[in-house]
Amino acid sequence: MPINKIVGSFDEAVADFFDGATIMVGGFATVASCPSFLLQALARTGVKNLTSISNTGGFGPDIWAIQGYKVTEDIDILARNGMVKKVIVSAPASIMLENNLGRQIKAGEVEWERVPLGTLTERIRCAKAGIGAVYVPVGSGTVIQEGKETKVIDGKVHLLEYAIHADFALIKAHKADRWGNLTYRKATRTVNETMAGAARVTIVEVDEIVELGELDPEAIVTPGVYVDRVVQRPKDIDESIAKDEREVDSRVTESHRKFMETWKGKAKKEG
Amino acid sequence: MAEKERLDRQTIALRVAKEFQDGDVVNLGLGIPVLASNFVPAGREVIFHTENGALGFGEITLPGEGDLDLTNASGQPVHPQPGMSFFGQAESLAMMRGGHLDISVVGAFQVSEKGDLANWATLEKQLTIGGAMDLAEGAKRLIVAMSHTTREGQCRIVKECTYPLTALECVDLIITDIAVIEVTNQGLVLKEFAPGWTPEEVQALTEPALVIVPECQEMTLM
Repeated sequence: MPINKIVGSFDEAVADFFDGATIMVGGFATVASCPSFLLQALARTGVKNLTSISNTGGFGPDIWAIQGYKVTEDIDILARNGMVKKVIVSAPASIMLENNLGRQIKAGEVEWERVPLGTLTERIRCAKAGIGAVYVPVGSGTVIQEGKETKVIDGKVHLLEYAIHADFALIKAHKADRWGNLTYRKATRTVNETMAGAARVTIVEVDEIVELGELDPEAIVTPGVYVDRVVQRPKDIDESIAKDEREVDSRVTESHRKFMETWKGKAKKEG
Repeated sequence: MAEKERLDRQTIALRVAKEFQDGDVVNLGLGIPVLASNFVPAGREVIFHTENGALGFGEITLPGEGDLDLTNASGQPVHPQPGMSFFGQAESLAMMRGGHLDISVVGAFQVSEKGDLANWATLEKQLTIGGAMDLAEGAKRLIVAMSHTTREGQCRIVKECTYPLTALECVDLIITDIAVIEVTNQGLVLKEFAPGWTPEEVQALTEPALVIVPECQEMTLM
């Protein structure tokens, strides 16, 4: 039997998710490196009490639509649908814009494990690499140190940071073949590359599936050994996404307006 | 005392960019720091780093232009340029933590006289750490760019930080809307003050005692 990790639909790819599962979700500051279609499929399953590991808490589709992204769903969809009970997240909210996860953490509805971005990444990498824990100097003397074992290495206090294990990892890549080899586009590898292989099951959303042999072996960033399932985004995003007639949240518009003014101020100065 | 004019955000960023030397690898945090990428002195080759995984990219694009798969950590599209490289977040944070960046510029809520940094949380809000602690730990030179006081007029340069700490004794230079202050073993050294200000006026808005050296001068911006 030829190896074939390609799954026919996003719903099929997340069909075995269960209540109480621990999941990793790729992405960074913007929606560009988010597995948006997988997240939407996960929301359709209605599973609850997830523990979620990610860089950020997401902001929802409005902010991305304004900026011209065609695929706009980020990890906010989980908080918005009340699917999360605990998060291990580096930046669950922003000073720029209030979001659902930030509100839920403040209200005590969701437990937040605080973690610096680099420590989060290394803890995920530990799980992928079969390492139980690592000593990291970041966070010593801060709230991050609370309750952790420490060791002085080269005169610096290091914190013992344990691997983060998960049932599923949902990630986004650019191209894949049926072996699950992956390439990424520009600055979108982010944490996707690290999460690949860090969970029991790794599920990848890609822009395009290509024939085996088409990916340059020198350009493959994630070897297929880390990947279990691959799903392709619809070829024509414009047609596949139902026209969304909902009003954009006025708070989103306002925060984005401020952001753009700073940005334009710079352009004016130069121009 | 009548309200004196302070530097605006763009001008603070311009003063920050004067610190960049040829060949420096620089990470710019959110807010005022990220604006500094637009003021690199002409002819100086500076390599910018972003947490999401790129080095050596160019300026921020005009709104609505650029490739949405090529953004800085603030989500702004940036221009590609020769020499640019892409990598994942693990690699990116390794560069930060591992001391491979020459300069990191960050915003702050408070800086203590020993150079302790508080920039990820206020007493009311504790909702974003991001790469702040990694940067503070690993940068060879950490520059803070911020307004000298809070909107209510309280000192941000303090004897001891009261906000949650990002890292201890990590700040090297503080650039504000009224002063440039170096953190040294002898204390906070006032290097420059904004046009129209005096060292005494800067001291009045700074909680710890400033060391005022003879070389202390008015800020030059060009």
